[in-house]
Amino acid sequence: MDVLVTQVFNGLSGGSILLLAALGLALTFGQMGVINMAHGEFIMAGAYTAFVMQQVLGAAGLSLLVSLPMAFLVGGLLGVLLEATLLRRMYHRPLDTLLVTWGVSLILQQLARDVFGTAGVDVPAPGWLSGPVEVLGFSFPRSRLFILALAIAAVVALSLALRLTPLGRRIRATVQNRQLAESSGISTRRTDVLTFFIGSGLAGVAGVVLTLMGSISSNLGTSYIVDAFLVVIVGGIGQIKGAVIAAFVLGTVQSWVEYSTTASIAKVILLALVVAFLQARPQGIFQVRTRSLA
Amino acid sequence: MLRMEDVDIAYGRTTVVHGVSIEVPADGVAAVMGHNGAGKTTLLRAAVGLLPARSGRILLDGEDVTALPPNRRVRRGLAYVPQGQQSFGQLTTAENLRVVADGRPRGAALVDEALDLFPALKGLLGRRAGLLSGGQRQQLAIARALITEPRLLILDEPTEGIQPSVVAEIERTILDLTRRGGLSVLLVEQHVGFALDAAGRYYVLAAGRVTAEGSGGTGAATDVRTAMAI
Ligand SMILES: Nc1ncnc2c1ncn2[C@@H]1O[C@H](COP(=O)(O)OP(=O)(O)OP(=O)(O)O)[C@@H](O)[C@H]1O
Ligand SMILES: [Mg+2]
Repeated sequence: MDVLVTQVFNGLSGGSILLLAALGLALTFGQMGVINMAHGEFIMAGAYTAFVMQQVLGAAGLSLLVSLPMAFLVGGLLGVLLEATLLRRMYHRPLDTLLVTWGVSLILQQLARDVFGTAGVDVPAPGWLSGPVEVLGFSFPRSRLFILALAIAAVVALSLALRLTPLGRRIRATVQNRQLAESSGISTRRTDVLTFFIGSGLAGVAGVVLTLMGSISSNLGTSYIVDAFLVVIVGGIGQIKGAVIAAFVLGTVQSWVEYSTTASIAKVILLALVVAFLQARPQGIFQVRTRSLA
Repeated sequence: MLRMEDVDIAYGRTTVVHGVSIEVPADGVAAVMGHNGAGKTTLLRAAVGLLPARSGRILLDGEDVTALPPNRRVRRGLAYVPQGQQSFGQLTTAENLRVVADGRPRGAALVDEALDLFPALKGLLGRRAGLLSGGQRQQLAIARALITEPRLLILDEPTEGIQPSVVAEIERTILDLTRRGGLSVLLVEQHVGFALDAAGRYYVLAAGRVTAEGSGGTGAATDVRTAMAI
């Protein structure tokens, strides 16, 4: 029983971290089809934003709360910069995009090493997030509960924004039929930039959250980028809903496999399961269904 | 309203429209006819800006718009209903209209006016456009185009593949719109009778070239049918 509760919680917790890392990708890769390898470094930039905010503001509680919107802004601006300088020239050229963004990711890592040094830095969690919460004799780390709540909040906010705001409608219309959107008077150019801003901003938020998990360094992004892409692919291209389910399923599977083996073997088993799943269902958990192609 | 001057259009290395010039008079209707593959859709896509003109010029209200992207041409009063009843399939009927109305000062009123023209859509507002029938989707497409308050409406085979009763309704709406004034129409149409009813000017396109043109009225139908028979 103990093990069951702990493992389920670990699964949810791991899933929520995966989800935060992948949510922005669900927009930029899932919806726009851009393979952005630098997404991981936008996560890193968000984490370092939290570090800098703490250096500047001191108080851990305040700086964490300020860091979330700041990191969104930093990630978002990096994304817009990348989109405007490089990516806009290579839509529909996935291989070029992959190579270029990989290069950008290496440059950003080096930049982080130059500025913040090679050693990892710590961003201590505020008092109200340290220690466990006791529920029915089980203890859950507060920071993990905070991450879970934040992941849920991010998904809800993104879904509502996509569903209910004018920009959300424009993004969905552009994703579905770019030429029709453009010839209906929607500036798809501006929509692309804003979509990229939001997707990359979410990476920044994920970075802040990861500071609660341990020390951060320039290779923070590399450890999450592959998992994040897996979540989006398993979830089904273009579906936020799919990414949510995929993140929690992968998080749960990972926690169980890790429980019975070691972390690195767990990775291998997880990857094998994903490959097998995609063999059986190449379109992911969900696929877009309509009566016509339009 | 719209002039295309000596326009060449190509897909990759294959030029499919050769030196075509057409004109849509202000407040008038021009029809383009021709067999499948003649280049009608290609010509319209260049007028809208979805395809570049390899040479020649496109003028909207006397202004050169050849280099403008489609959304900027829409802002200058052009609206386009593409061939094949296209809509944003995952968006609801209401969202299909609102996404175009968003940001326009009279947005909500424009949606209502468009719905009054196509009352059949009123009961379908919450349904995803991808689930609508072809006729319903075409009405939605025309409604969506009208929300931008166009001065030039470009229609690519608006009644293709639609059942006769709905065809009559769509044709009636188009004729009403053109008679209301303030709107020019560029119409691609296989149905010669309706095209000539609606149009003051017609062009017959064959293999990417204009092979006959003239103004509507008596004799036009015979001329068009002769040109198309070749
Ligand atoms: N994307 C494309 N790439 C290459 N060739 C194309 C493309 N689209 C159309 N064509 C070719 O261009 C020519 C003109 O096509 P277009 O669609 O303009 O014809 P159309 O007159 O609209 O025909 P229909 O009456 O069937 O709609 C055809 O020979 C077609 O095969
Ligand atoms: Mg056509």
